[in-house]
Amino acid sequence: MKAKERRLAELRAAIPEVTPREALALQAQGAALIDVREADEIAQGSPPGGHRLGRGFLELKIEDAVPDFERPLVMMCNSGARSLFAAEDLRRLGYTRLFSMAGGYTRWKNEGLPVEVPPRFDPLARERYSRHLMMPEVGEAGQLKLMASKVILVGAGGLGSPAAMYLAAAGVGTLGIVDDDVVDETNLQRQIVHSLERLGEPKAESAKRTIEALNPDVEVRVFKERLTSENVDRILAEGWDVIVDGADNFPTRYLVNDASVWHGIPVVHGSIFRFEGQATVFKPGEGPCYRCLFPQPPPPELAPSCAEGGVLGVLPGIVGSIQANEAIKLALGAGETLVGRLLLFDALETTFTEIALRRDPSCPVCGESPTITEYVDYVEFCQGGHTHVSS
Amino acid sequence: MTTVTVRIPTPLRSYTQGADEVRAEGATVAEAIHTLGAAHAGLLAHVLTPEGEPRQFVNIYLGSRNVRTLQGMATRVTEGDVISIVPAVAGGAT
Repeated sequence: MKAKERRLAELRAAIPEVTPREALALQAQGAALIDVREADEIAQGSPPGGHRLGRGFLELKIEDAVPDFERPLVMMCNSGARSLFAAEDLRRLGYTRLFSMAGGYTRWKNEGLPVEVPPRFDPLARERYSRHLMMPEVGEAGQLKLMASKVILVGAGGLGSPAAMYLAAAGVGTLGIVDDDVVDETNLQRQIVHSLERLGEPKAESAKRTIEALNPDVEVRVFKERLTSENVDRILAEGWDVIVDGADNFPTRYLVNDASVWHGIPVVHGSIFRFEGQATVFKPGEGPCYRCLFPQPPPPELAPSCAEGGVLGVLPGIVGSIQANEAIKLALGAGETLVGRLLLFDALETTFTEIALRRDPSCPVCGESPTITEYVDYVEFCQGGHTHVSS
Repeated sequence: MTTVTVRIPTPLRSYTQGADEVRAEGATVAEAIHTLGAAHAGLLAHVLTPEGEPRQFVNIYLGSRNVRTLQGMATRVTEGDVISIVPAVAGGAT
């Protein structure tokens, strides 16, 4: 008898074996199925819902995949031998309820049990996203979620610039850009998605070119129009997962809010004025909406005047990056977002203050008896400046 | 008399000669805001309605809590409390 056979016999005596069907039943009861085969074997097919950890990094990755040492683990390889060795290793690591699947994946497949071919990263994507792939909070599953996600940016200006670039770099699959403005010199102090050679070009097109140069895998949908009550439903009907609101005016912000509530799409809100920024996440059904916080926009006579405007160039870089961070977490379903919290950033003092936001049962849009049930085109104003209707 | 600190948001600092914080006296949020308004002409109209309630585009926080979730403008303050005026801000793109 060869040494390996002697050792396998010892392991079989020590580690309980289960059939593929028993493994499937254990999985349904909460056990974790651990596929310890090599990546090229897993690429041919693997049971759905399993942890495809491979054998090489198994001990290093298992705790992130299964933090509970009492949770039953069903180890699986191709024939049922490597899984015994793997089970023994994890027992030594401290896991207490280990099983090995007899016959391995070959038998699983032969018995007609469910199989899926995991989506694969091409070598370039594996390289590009390697710093995401090595983190348990993102990993392959998270990166695939990002690559399948659709984020729409309202405004390709100060906030939209960094948000668009970080979301594109992160590999968000589809980015929508809504902006009817063109690039001018005064934008370049902060709107880093644009450049000198794009002067006069529509901002949405300019942003698309920058994004495509950064990451050609991102599909960019361009809407060279101002968001209005007429087009908002059409634009949002494209199945967006997240809205990043970087608008520059109240009419658009209220339109975005009402539409997000009615379409059930979370909004990552960011706004800036001089040295001060605000950021939060409005997630329909889970937290407050913009109107819970501010039921109505200020009338023209109480709005800040144009002459008092201005913004520190780096401020939208910080707030827009916070928005990108929130959008990525929403797409991943990871971490704690800013739902129910308003983050106030003072760039002059370098202070972050957080205040609690609550859903308002009497909110005119998301409350118990809404009084606003169709879009409102507020008049855009600017005290002492020009006034025009937004639609 | 109770003295509190009122944090003034950037859009309203033109009424406080640029100050980002102002001390105000009063036993309640309403009293403190009115003391502030008396000292800085023009400010109050941006914060409160003629009936004395926070405007629809402004929130008033005592510490990290919206006074609407406490006892409203009648919420009592204690020495050293921080009241923040948080207005809606639209800026972002242009």
